[in-house]
Amino acid sequence: MDETLGRKLRVLADAAKYDASCASSGAPKRSAGRDGIGSTSAIGICHSYTPDGRCVSLLKILLTNYCLFDCAYCVNRRSSNVERARFTAKEVVDLTIAFYKRNYIEGLFLSSGIIRSPDYTMEQLILVAKTLRQERGYRGYIHLKTIPEASPWLIEQAGLWADRLSVNLELPTDAALTAYAPEKKAPAIRAAMGQMRERIAEAKAERRSFSPAGQSTQLIVGADASSDADVLRTSANLYSTYALRRVYYSAFSPIPDAAAKLPTRAPPLQRENRLYQADWLLRHYGFGVEEIASAGDPNGMLDLEIDPKLAWALKNRHRFPLDVNRADREMLLRIPGVGARAVDRIVAARRHTRLRLDDVKRLTGSVKRALPFLITADHHPGATVDEARLRERLKPRAEQMSLF
Amino acid sequence: MALRQVRLVAGADLDGFRRAVRALVAAGVPPEEVDWIAADETSLFGDALPPDAPPLSLPRPVGELIRAAVPHRDPERYGLLYGVIWRVLHGERDLLEVASDPAVHRLEIMRKSVKRDIHKMHAYLRFRGVGGVQDPGPERYAAWFEPDHFILEAAVPFFAERFRAMIWTIVTPIGSAHWDRERVSFGPPGTRADVPVADAFEEGWTGYYAATFNPARANPKLMQQHMAKKYWRNMPEAAAIPALIRSASSRVDAMLEGEPTVPLKRKPEGALAAMLDQAPASLAELNAIIRAAGPLVPGATQAVVGEGPERAGIVFVGEQPGDEEDLTGRPFVGPAGRLLDRAMAEAGIDRKDVYLTNAVKHFKFEQRGKRRIHAKPTAGEVSHYRWWLMRELELIEPRLVVALGGTAVLALTGKSVPITRARGPTELLEHFAGYITVHPSYLLRLPDEDAKRSAYAAFVGDLQRVRALGEASAPRRTRAA
Repeated sequence: MDETLGRKLRVLADAAKYDASCASSGAPKRSAGRDGIGSTSAIGICHSYTPDGRCVSLLKILLTNYCLFDCAYCVNRRSSNVERARFTAKEVVDLTIAFYKRNYIEGLFLSSGIIRSPDYTMEQLILVAKTLRQERGYRGYIHLKTIPEASPWLIEQAGLWADRLSVNLELPTDAALTAYAPEKKAPAIRAAMGQMRERIAEAKAERRSFSPAGQSTQLIVGADASSDADVLRTSANLYSTYALRRVYYSAFSPIPDAAAKLPTRAPPLQRENRLYQADWLLRHYGFGVEEIASAGDPNGMLDLEIDPKLAWALKNRHRFPLDVNRADREMLLRIPGVGARAVDRIVAARRHTRLRLDDVKRLTGSVKRALPFLITADHHPGATVDEARLRERLKPRAEQMSLF
Repeated sequence: MALRQVRLVAGADLDGFRRAVRALVAAGVPPEEVDWIAADETSLFGDALPPDAPPLSLPRPVGELIRAAVPHRDPERYGLLYGVIWRVLHGERDLLEVASDPAVHRLEIMRKSVKRDIHKMHAYLRFRGVGGVQDPGPERYAAWFEPDHFILEAAVPFFAERFRAMIWTIVTPIGSAHWDRERVSFGPPGTRADVPVADAFEEGWTGYYAATFNPARANPKLMQQHMAKKYWRNMPEAAAIPALIRSASSRVDAMLEGEPTVPLKRKPEGALAAMLDQAPASLAELNAIIRAAGPLVPGATQAVVGEGPERAGIVFVGEQPGDEEDLTGRPFVGPAGRLLDRAMAEAGIDRKDVYLTNAVKHFKFEQRGKRRIHAKPTAGEVSHYRWWLMRELELIEPRLVVALGGTAVLALTGKSVPITRARGPTELLEHFAGYITVHPSYLLRLPDEDAKRSAYAAFVGDLQRVRALGEASAPRRTRAA
């Protein structure tokens, strides 16, 4: 690989890394054709992990980091002085194929700064995807960023070649978006999401392929003053209105060459982690936004020291302890430290046997956090659930970060 | 009580285990009387057992668990499995549902670790090019991988499905696999030395890996939970890890201490203004966009765009181009188009004065022998094309829009409306005066000559009313907001 291309790759990977999503999941199962390469599986594959602990699944790059927009939170805004570069469509296609053949990646996640016009930029993204599919016989994963300011007919084409489309909302409120991203308009973003939702649903009903792995979005956390409750309300609304597969949360991270408008300090990464946990409670555990918010502080922030499920349980102690041999599935899902899969295994196993504490340990992996909240054939927590110091006892001890 | 010794081949001897289980069950030998030995010898049995006992009928999850756990390295796997099989056959048919049972639990852990091992092989194996790029013929690749369990055969189909057009060899300490673009063959174990020492893209890949790392989020422990150190030696990018971790905190400090920046370049006023001016301003521009887009349904030769004056008073919207339209690139030139021409002439409409277009711009068909038979576009396909149609109408600002047939009505109104009931002038189009009638191809399909004649007369009648409604005296609607 020649040095100029290598340099471009580093610049344009660096410019793309603040997008949290790298998922290669959700595509229908495909295998390579006779003269082609590429396959997909339902769960996706992480081909590597960087020392930030994040998965490297897709070749996540920008076509270019030149940009006409001036979004304060973005390292690529036009007023930033970062090094710029631009790939040709063919370079991206060749690079994707070369990396894919060596089993470095699961596919391509392509986004771009806005150059010339939103339409021109979107056409270039589509060209890459279409060339991979039509000329290179490539059937691996493709995630394309949708540019909401582009003409709507371009979304209609993008979905034909991509497994997943996404538009980043970036900021949880319209006011924040206006303040931080002057060229972006919340209604245009919502219109694009709505259009994608319709097309994805129609294609599914007609058994055609249009962005079969759905659409996702990202919210930046901690760049503006929105509370966790604000963020979660926005997410809940996005899930129900636009049938999003995922909302990604990206704790605002210090960037080189930052704009004056940004806070000087990054929010704790734990805040992002708690939002992801709350998001799971929304989607898989039957929790409502207000239930989760009520377990946080009066300003709408989640507890950083303990996970939101434990926080909710501590504020709703009168509903515990629960008998694992009798309680409904919906209530079992609310026991701290017990996951949805463990609940399913408990429900299956208790049809054949009366579960004891050792059984529950084998089913859940660990019961330390769950002990005060559950009853088994041989265990009753007594009044521990009412203990004043329960929160102190259950909160994880602060861990020293170790570099090696 | 004498123990029965059962010898199996080293590795994942699924066949041997299956035959042994059949024989042992047929002979009524309980688990505690069997001693399982996995060895290199090929002789299956230490003690004589009938070689071909009848197959066992086991619940499907049990069969799956056997296949999933046999590749595990733990010598006790066969004994544990046989124990579970025995209990399933002796009154505990749903045993696997009791995930809390100690034996089931242990096998479940084995199943998981085999699955994980296969997954990690799919994820972390790296191919290297063999021979030069100039070599003729298909590209050849090779990889070295060290799995924890006997998973080679279970893991290889993934690579065959994915890297079909390449020729590749995977070498491991427990065996090798070769794909020749047709089938997989398995061979003896090899060593790292059987695989090239480098690849031309490894430096570029490592550069990508380093660039995609965010030093402000350094968390090496989390990385190692997912990607244990034992994998690193076979992953080219892992060479960058120590330096990335070492430099992370100083890079972050530099970012935090850096002053907010003052842009070095002036605001690109001209480019910003030009950026917003992207909407096609004429039919010619719009049609160029449509032609360049390529078919949204597979198969069409070319896009068939609308035809007629830019400021036509009447727009006719059909369904989609047919066979002849697809080949010539012009709308309404096939049999239905000729019938429309005739009817328009009888109604006093000059085709040159009106704009003719279709809801869908590409021919969708089914190939039957040499003939390409028209296939009706689905509602979703019609939606893909709606934006273009709406933009055409916005640019033309006609006095009247005529929907020919159900697909046109769907495209124009977003609703499915029965033509027989809605035929005639309509208010269903939000921004334009509308008229609904049949598509001329409907007239061609009527089997009965009398019916055809009267339907044609009614169609001409519609067109006469269309002519009147589209007269120059009628107002043009203003462009949609």
